[in-house]
Amino acid sequence: MKKGYFGEFGGQFVPETLMGELEALESAYERAKNDPAFQAELEGYLSTFAGRETPLTYCRNLSRDLGCRIYLKREDLLHGGAHKINNTLGQALLARYMGKTRLIAETGAGQHGVATAIAGAALGLPVEVYMGEVDMARQRLNVFRMELLGATVHPVRTGSRTLKDAVSEALRDWIARPAETYYLLGSAVGPHPYPTMVRDFQCVIGRELREQVLKAEGRLPTAAVACVGGGSNAIGTFYPLIDDDVRLVGVEAGGEGLSTGKHGATLCAGTKGVLQGSLSYLLQDRDGQILETHSVSAGLDYPAVGPEHSMLKDIGRAEYVAATDDEALAAFSLLSRREGIIPALESSHAVAYAVKMAKEMDEDDIIVVTLSGRGDKDVTEVAARMGVAI
Amino acid sequence: MSRIDALFSGLERPACIAYLAGGDPDPETSLAAVRAVVDAGADIIEIGVPFTDPIADGPTIRRADNRALAAGTTPDRIFELVRAVRAGTAVPIVLMTAYNIVYVRGVDRFYREAAEAGADGVIIPDMPPEESEDAVAAAGRYGLDQIFLVAPNTPEERLDLVLEHAGGFLYLVSVQGVTGARSGLPHGMEERIAALRSRTDLPIAVGFGISGPEQVRALAAAGADGVIVGSAIVAIVEKHLGDRDAMCAELKEFVAGLCGAVRDGA
Ligand SMILES: Cc1ncc(COP(=O)(O)O)c(C=O)c1O
Repeated sequence: MKKGYFGEFGGQFVPETLMGELEALESAYERAKNDPAFQAELEGYLSTFAGRETPLTYCRNLSRDLGCRIYLKREDLLHGGAHKINNTLGQALLARYMGKTRLIAETGAGQHGVATAIAGAALGLPVEVYMGEVDMARQRLNVFRMELLGATVHPVRTGSRTLKDAVSEALRDWIARPAETYYLLGSAVGPHPYPTMVRDFQCVIGRELREQVLKAEGRLPTAAVACVGGGSNAIGTFYPLIDDDVRLVGVEAGGEGLSTGKHGATLCAGTKGVLQGSLSYLLQDRDGQILETHSVSAGLDYPAVGPEHSMLKDIGRAEYVAATDDEALAAFSLLSRREGIIPALESSHAVAYAVKMAKEMDEDDIIVVTLSGRGDKDVTEVAARMGVAI
Repeated sequence: MSRIDALFSGLERPACIAYLAGGDPDPETSLAAVRAVVDAGADIIEIGVPFTDPIADGPTIRRADNRALAAGTTPDRIFELVRAVRAGTAVPIVLMTAYNIVYVRGVDRFYREAAEAGADGVIIPDMPPEESEDAVAAAGRYGLDQIFLVAPNTPEERLDLVLEHAGGFLYLVSVQGVTGARSGLPHGMEERIAALRSRTDLPIAVGFGISGPEQVRALAAAGADGVIVGSAIVAIVEKHLGDRDAMCAELKEFVAGLCGAVRDGA
């Protein structure tokens, strides 16, 4: 009777009002998955609208500097500027397939909100986005982009006023108007079937990457590295490599350092619990109250993580580590200056850890880093931290 | 027979069920507030165990949870509160909380401590029957009723599943949405209650959005076995944060009014 488990993690911990909706979602998704017309339409949007396939870029300078072979999977080149659109196009098409008439979404960095607004505009579905006030302030550019795309952004003023609170508010909206609403969740989190469905839509990253690296190098990489907020770009990278002899490394938000308590490193420092629909690792106190998180990147500022990652951690198939704010900022500059690519602050965490790993690698070791997004959205925040007025 | 079963089988009218956020605005005042509601004649007391991120609650109860947490309310303090209330009354007490609070404590331990403190039932709004195996087993071990919610859009097939697991009373959510006082009642409550009645012997209590005697009377007339009022009561606590006497006085008056309405409507 229990559904949607990855080992002991996952499940469906939602109010009764949503259980029927989740069942309907699951069966619609199963139908769509096996419907060639649906898949062809998604494929079409991904290639002629979103910009797939994305390149695998060899980092000539960094590889020389660090003494191993470093590649980037360029999700930053997708329409909207992040991997999020892989998922929003899939789910928005599913919403239309189900006859839903409005899309709602949460957003942290604003990238998922923008990607939902894009998909909604393209498919003619109205979009409402919940976003924490703190995130609205640090991602102002994305708020305006969502509005330009015709979406309504609802500020969330409860709790820590970041991603977690935006998810709760979106769930409350869904509970209030389930019949017409499609909740387009932005990461591989939440109740079943979301973690599986979002993973499936993001697996295009790992599938392409696998083929591209085989073509370029004639072998698979030593390691694949991705940042982990809720874990969607990471699971999309890892899953197609799960049966291969490839190290899978997820990089969480180390914030000001794990010992300060000001971070978002759920898998590195969390304990098991249930939040927002699934059982997973959480940042919480001994009574189960959720802790405030901190990260320079709004997209990693989240006290839970996708249940499949919790399982991969426990069975030891993937490693989870953290990069601090300062390390991410340094990687942000490094990639900009050495490779001419300004990464999103979220992705900068993956770059930061890859740089660390590279120092211990041999010359012919291959590291592929999923560059989940581009850094345009972060330039005002970074300038402010550098004391530069723009 | 559990205290909840005994209450419903001995009652000739609908039960008046009052919800308070445990520890709101602080554990000590909260005890006074619960006692005031018991004194006013409430038939069942629901006490919320505060959680930082309750998804099924509206702004009123979330603010109450935040006040309680800021004042240092923990599950331990809630069990103390239940023990203190239980010392002075035989009224059934039901704990309501998020699954995480129960899970992190250890399901068995939560139910054991709840029973030892004198609680009679547990409601976990984000725990559907599919996820309830451990909780229902623990409730059985310690003689607590596990109470489940039925939503306006619960499909027929799911109803069987809910009824298979449910104890105490059935918590019928009156409106689509989160908790919070509303005016008026949705259409079709009478039919909805009658339809449920044909499927179960459990008493049917209606909650969410019930704000005053008008709605209580209407629900009693529509055949409800119990009426649950939450946010409207919590709002009274919030209105008198600095003044415990005024808080308790208005709580008593308001809950007495609800109890009166329950009798009128029957
Ligand atoms: C560019 C980018 N990368 C990563 C993330 C983190 O999400 P996830 O862990 O689901 O990939 C976000 C979220 O906002 C993002 O915008």
